[in-house]
Amino acid sequence: MKRRSFVQASMALGSFGALGSMVGCASVGRVPEKARVVVVGGGYGGATAAKYVRMLSNYQIDVTLIEPNGEFVSCPISNLVIGGSKTMADITTPYDKLSGKHGVNIVRDFVASVDPIKKTITLASGPSIRYDKLVMSPGIDLMFNTIEGLKEANASGQILQAWKAGPETLALRKQLESMNDGGVYAITIPEAPYRCPPGPYERASQVAHYFKQHKPKSKVLILDANQDVTSKGPLFKKFWADNYKGILEYMPQHKVMAVDAKTNTLKFDVQNDVKANVLNVLPAMRAGGIAVQSSLANVNTRWCGVHYQTFESTQAKDIHVIGDSIMLAPLMPKSGHMANSHGKVTAAAIVAQLSDMPVNPTPFLSNTCYSFVNDKLVVHVASVHQYDAKDKTYKTVPGSGGVSSAPNEIEGIYAWNWAQNIWADSLM
Amino acid sequence: MKTISLLAVHLLTTTVLILGVSASAHAQEKATQLHNRATAAMCANCHGTDGRTIEGSAIPSLVGMPKDYMVLQMKAFKDGSRPATVMHQITKGLTDAQIDTISSYYAAIKR
Repeated sequence: MKRRSFVQASMALGSFGALGSMVGCASVGRVPEKARVVVVGGGYGGATAAKYVRMLSNYQIDVTLIEPNGEFVSCPISNLVIGGSKTMADITTPYDKLSGKHGVNIVRDFVASVDPIKKTITLASGPSIRYDKLVMSPGIDLMFNTIEGLKEANASGQILQAWKAGPETLALRKQLESMNDGGVYAITIPEAPYRCPPGPYERASQVAHYFKQHKPKSKVLILDANQDVTSKGPLFKKFWADNYKGILEYMPQHKVMAVDAKTNTLKFDVQNDVKANVLNVLPAMRAGGIAVQSSLANVNTRWCGVHYQTFESTQAKDIHVIGDSIMLAPLMPKSGHMANSHGKVTAAAIVAQLSDMPVNPTPFLSNTCYSFVNDKLVVHVASVHQYDAKDKTYKTVPGSGGVSSAPNEIEGIYAWNWAQNIWADSLM
Repeated sequence: MKTISLLAVHLLTTTVLILGVSASAHAQEKATQLHNRATAAMCANCHGTDGRTIEGSAIPSLVGMPKDYMVLQMKAFKDGSRPATVMHQITKGLTDAQIDTISSYYAAIKR
């Protein structure tokens, strides 16, 4: 079953990849026979790794980045497009600076397979590229098959995820716009770990804000498979009680088992069925398909084990895995900010290893994650993760990190600037 | 003749040793530079690559900031004497050595 869905997925990817390369764009690079560093995936992790290998090697090490999309569309801030206060253009950044300014060779394609013995990757369009170092940053794979009926309902465009920002982000916004006042929007959340812990609660807040302004008789339901709000819980719950009372309802311990697309109904393992006008179902997640397919997802076949000092895979030498695909050390969230941090630690380790230098014995990672509770007010969570050489893992420093004391407008300004600065740091 | 050749061998050995030592010192210096640059890059997510934020950013640029000033601010965030939205939480996770490394790095970059 799983195997067949993979084959189907890679066939689908293959045809799209070929189409993508035929359509082409100005920044499409040549396909080299060999690159010292090949990066798979141009998101927060991969784009940052590609740029920083170039920068930290003083532009001496050549990098080829494989990415199927012509532009970067950010997941952070995409909930504001769904809420109506930002546009797709606001969250979209081209890849041209990564190639033009930093000399990253960008190949617009999917990767069909990885051979860790021969040290090659093969593109969906056919050719192979040899590497000295491979960085895998394929993001997440949404496990549609874990919820009965979801795959078909998603493929038809009826039940959206919009958890990978892109066409579904806009499509979900359109569903909300065309919903009559008095309708119900329901978002379901899978058991942790999943990409962006506070993201679903931010999205629900955005939709509630939109309803409050424009469709005041409508309702937001959060159906959470977890025991409680998984991130910034007290801050979200207080804001909901103070501002979205009668609009937003939070229901923990609701694990979706099936969807009925004919009646727009959610079916749970224990609780009663829930019917809604707009269904936004987030299934369980795992490492991006190519990481699972190439056996790098060696933790429960879901996440990729890595040596945290260098992010080198515990499965294959000279392959580094970063971003949402990895098996996390305790208290590390799956976030864009973290992926950017992984990208830098990995880039420095790769530059050191390819230059016969020792790798940094004490790297650290930082994370700051902002959530908009309406169009202006924001709450954050921040953390610092120091590498512990003895236990070979990252640990948060006692007393460091934390959350906002209350939603506030100044962090709304910082949050938007954070987004613009991290897009520039990753891509420009 | 013998003395000369011995002297030559001695000179050669010394030269090789000196070259060897300076080569490894040079390699170590290059490695330290790389690690320091990557450490400072942990600030760039918010404060811009090499400390240069985008036009109109309320988050300050760090490029060219005097080292003494930056160390003092980081310590003030850390001990709570300078209020902040996130920096008091971030700086509590950094060692004094990391604060020194980061501050030296940004001070040395030309605006």
